[in-house]
This record gives sequence, C-alpha cells and structure tokens, in this order.
Amino acid sequence: MKTRGLYTALALLLSAWVLLPIYLVAVASFSTRNGVFAYPKTLWPDPFSLETITFFFSVDGVWPAVLNSCIVAVLTMLFSLLLGAPAGYALARYTFVGQDAYRLLILLTRAFPLAILAIPLAVRFLQLGLYDTTLGVALVHTALALPFAVLVTSGLFISVPRELEEAAWTLHCTRVQAFFKVVLPLVLPGLAATAIFAFTISWNEVFAATILTLRERTLPAFLLASLNDSPLPFRFAGGLLMVLPPMLFFFAIRKYLFALWGISNR
Amino acid sequence: MRQQEKLIPYVLIAPSVLFLAVFFIWPLVEALLLSVRGPGGFTLEYFQRMAGDLYFQDAMRNTILLVVVIVPLQLILALSMSMLIGSIGKGRDLYLYIWTIPLGISDLAAGIAWLAIFTERGYFNSMLSALGLVQNPPILLGYESPLTLFLAVVLAELWRATAVVMVILVSGLQLIPKMYSEAAEVFGATPWQRFWRVTLPLLRPSLQSALILRTIAALEVFAVVSALGGRNLVVLAGESYNWYNVNQNPNVAAAYAVLILVMTLAATMLYLRLLPVRAEAQV
Repeated sequence: MKTRGLYTALALLLSAWVLLPIYLVAVASFSTRNGVFAYPKTLWPDPFSLETITFFFSVDGVWPAVLNSCIVAVLTMLFSLLLGAPAGYALARYTFVGQDAYRLLILLTRAFPLAILAIPLAVRFLQLGLYDTTLGVALVHTALALPFAVLVTSGLFISVPRELEEAAWTLHCTRVQAFFKVVLPLVLPGLAATAIFAFTISWNEVFAATILTLRERTLPAFLLASLNDSPLPFRFAGGLLMVLPPMLFFFAIRKYLFALWGISNR
Repeated sequence: MRQQEKLIPYVLIAPSVLFLAVFFIWPLVEALLLSVRGPGGFTLEYFQRMAGDLYFQDAMRNTILLVVVIVPLQLILALSMSMLIGSIGKGRDLYLYIWTIPLGISDLAAGIAWLAIFTERGYFNSMLSALGLVQNPPILLGYESPLTLFLAVVLAELWRATAVVMVILVSGLQLIPKMYSEAAEVFGATPWQRFWRVTLPLLRPSLQSALILRTIAALEVFAVVSALGGRNLVVLAGESYNWYNVNQNPNVAAAYAVLILVMTLAATMLYLRLLPVRAEAQV
C-alpha cells in the first residue's frame, strides 16, 4: 500500500515537470506587457490580459507566417499520405523481391539528420525557382514525414484481415473497388491519425524551413529569424501558439498514437 | 495476369522510392559535393575554413558535451518513467498522454518555454528571490554565464526529448514475456536483481534504437540553444545555419552538415558495436 502511494506521488511529480513549462509560458502570454517584465513573477497572470496575444498578432508578418505554416503542413500531410499509404499497403499485403531493401531505405532516413540536408537543397531550389516557396518547404517536410507514413499505414493495413478483401473479390469487385469499399473505410480513422502526425512534424520543423525561406516564412522560421530582435512578450506568445495545436491534436488521436508506438493497453 | 500481379507492389512503392531518391539520397550526395567541390575541382578549402573558424572548436566541444550529458540522463529518466508506467494501474493512459506531450512540441517552442523560466526576470529567478536566495536577479543565459546556460539547455532538452526514449522503452518492455521475471522471482531474485539481470538485458534492442535515435537528434541540436542563448552557446548545427544565412557561404555550411553526418554515422556504429543485438535475442 505504501509503495502504491509512492508511485502515485512520483507519477504526479513527473506530470508536473512536463506541464509546468507549458503552463508558465501560457501565464506569460496572458499577462500584460508590464506583467511579462515584472519581477518577481507570480504563478498566475496578474492581471489576466490579452494584451500580449493581441500584440503578437498585430506584428507585421505573423498572420502570413501562420498561413504559410498551415499551407506547408497541409501539403506535407497530403504528399506523405499519397506517397506513403500505397507503399504501406504494398508492405502489408505482398511479399516481393527487394522489400527488405525498401525497408532499409525507410529506416536509413531515420539514421540521418534530415533537416541538415536543406542546405544542399536550398542551393538547388534557387535554380529551380522552388526557393522561398511553400511548396519547396513542404517537399522537404514530406521527406521527414514520409518514412513514418509508410510504417504507420503498413501497420494499419496489416490489421485489416486479408479475407475481407478476398471476399469482396469473389463478389465481383475489382481490386481497386475492393480497396475503396472494404479496406479504406476500416482504416480511415488511422489514416486521419497518420495525417495529423505528418501535419505536426511539418508544423514543428524549424531548421529546414528557415534555410529554405526568406520572405515566405513559416511560423517557426519567422520566430527563429526574429529571435534576437523581438521583445519577450512576442516570443512567449509565439511559443504558446506553436505548442497549442500539436497538444490538442495529440490529445484527439492519442489512442492511435499509443497503438502506433506500440504502447497500447495489453 | 500472374505477371501483372507481381508488378503491383513495385507500382505501389515506386512513388515513394522516387521521392526519397530525389529528397534524401541525392541531397546527401549533393552535400558531400558542395563541401569538397570548388571552382577549380576537388578542394579541402571549405573544411579548412570550417576548422580554422573562431567558433569551430567551441561548437564541437559544446555539441559533444551536450550529447554526453543529455543522452545518459535521458536514458535513466526514461527507464524510470517506463518502469513506473508498468507499475501504475489506475490512470496509466492519462499519465502516458501527459508524459508524451513533449513529443509533439517543437524544439523552438521548448526553448521558448524554458526561456520564460530562465530569463533574467523569469520564473526561476522569481523563485530564488521568493526563497530569499538572491537580491538582484542574476543573468543565467548570458555569454558570461556559460555554465548556467549549458544547464538550461540540458534541462530543456531533457524536458523535450525524453518522451521519445520513454515511448521506445515502454513498447520494448511490453514485448518481454512476464514469465522470465516470474521465473527469476521463483528462484528468489529481488526486484532489483530482476531489473538488472532479467529486464535490462532483454531490453537491449530497444535501448539500442533509443540511444541511436537520440544521439542523432542531439548532434543536430539547434533551435533550443538558439531560443535560450542565441549565439552565446555555439553548436555545430547552429554554425551551419550561420554560415548559410549570415555569411552566405553554402559550401562551408555544407562542410558542417557533412561533419554532423559523419559524427552521426560514427555514433551509430559505436552503439551497434557496444550493444550488439543477437538475432535470436530479438523478442
């Protein structure tokens, strides 16, 4: 009984460690300008105010940056699903020569710091007219998200019994029809979770986005580039805005994420 | 028909293979070429400029020190968290959700959150003052205070990236059949012995992949450091960014990128050598 209490105390302590920095940056973001610079600080906004948040959104370039971030993330989501899901299906349903080599290629992408590769790409993008475009950034972000999309979707398709598909074939469905009428509806929630994961990878990526853009900044690129000459309230509000969407998304798809990471309930 | 059937998987993987060839393999080669190809052919000039740069040695030392300090701490913390998750019945899913929140948070946002804590008039100094430990808030993240800046980066990275390790270890722990531990218990092993002699050795494949993944990520640490200390603490990836963006020299930037790639490969080889996973040991 005593150890049970100790475990709970430790778990609560670790939860506080995770939540506290997020809470504090939120407190700073909901304080007045004076509150942000006040010392010593209070553990809640005193007084509560939207001044810092409104100030953040009134800065030139913030809205376009948020919009760019959304465009890049949506493109990344689409590209990685469209390219990744077919490959995931192939890995789940077929045994073919070269499949080990393909898996190795996918795993290799994780053994390299991919964002660093934005440097040679930037040089090439300049020549191709892709530099400083949302499409260019989305392509690099797709390279980051694609390996995950392939592995996750392959897990999804494995979980759909092959017999269901074969039953559809005997009922005169073509392969394509069987896929869209039988398999797709079953994996749709999982595909949505994969898409959201890809969205988050792109939304959070800093290095490549900063290297590949100059005016068409995404939100993190914009924040990073203005770190040195922006006031603290601006940085805190920006940090909070970066944190919130992934937190909400992750909460919505946590069941799928747990399954994806292999930590679901036994 | 049979022949066509055989082609289906290749048609399905072709788009992603092409994409990775263009956006992964090719830039890898291109980075190498950028770093050694000058106007007059092969040259080591860019690597020499990199190595001769004022900040190079500091960047190298800081990056390696960060890896050496952060990764082991993360491993210990993540191991404790995953063992704890295994012993918690009620509320396990809620704890798991909370502990994995940092997985979805970008390095830049994490750096900013910890900036709110460690900035001069931040929460940490406020706490010190409330405890009566300081009068005037000390500067913790300045050029003059490398130690506290380093510690702040370590804390922020611990906070942000321990979840990845934990997730890998929790899933690894679930793959270990309970009977091993139970058998050891029957033979009178204490919980501590069961952890060291049974669980940890069986967890080796997960430990290996967690270490590799984290070391790779720690070698390219950049935005956390930038948000907390600007260039007061220089690191390799930051220098690469600086050479590209500020000095407008993609070649030296690429030399830094290649250096990071080589260090990544060396670290991976080291782990594969130090923690060999025998095929039959994989659960």
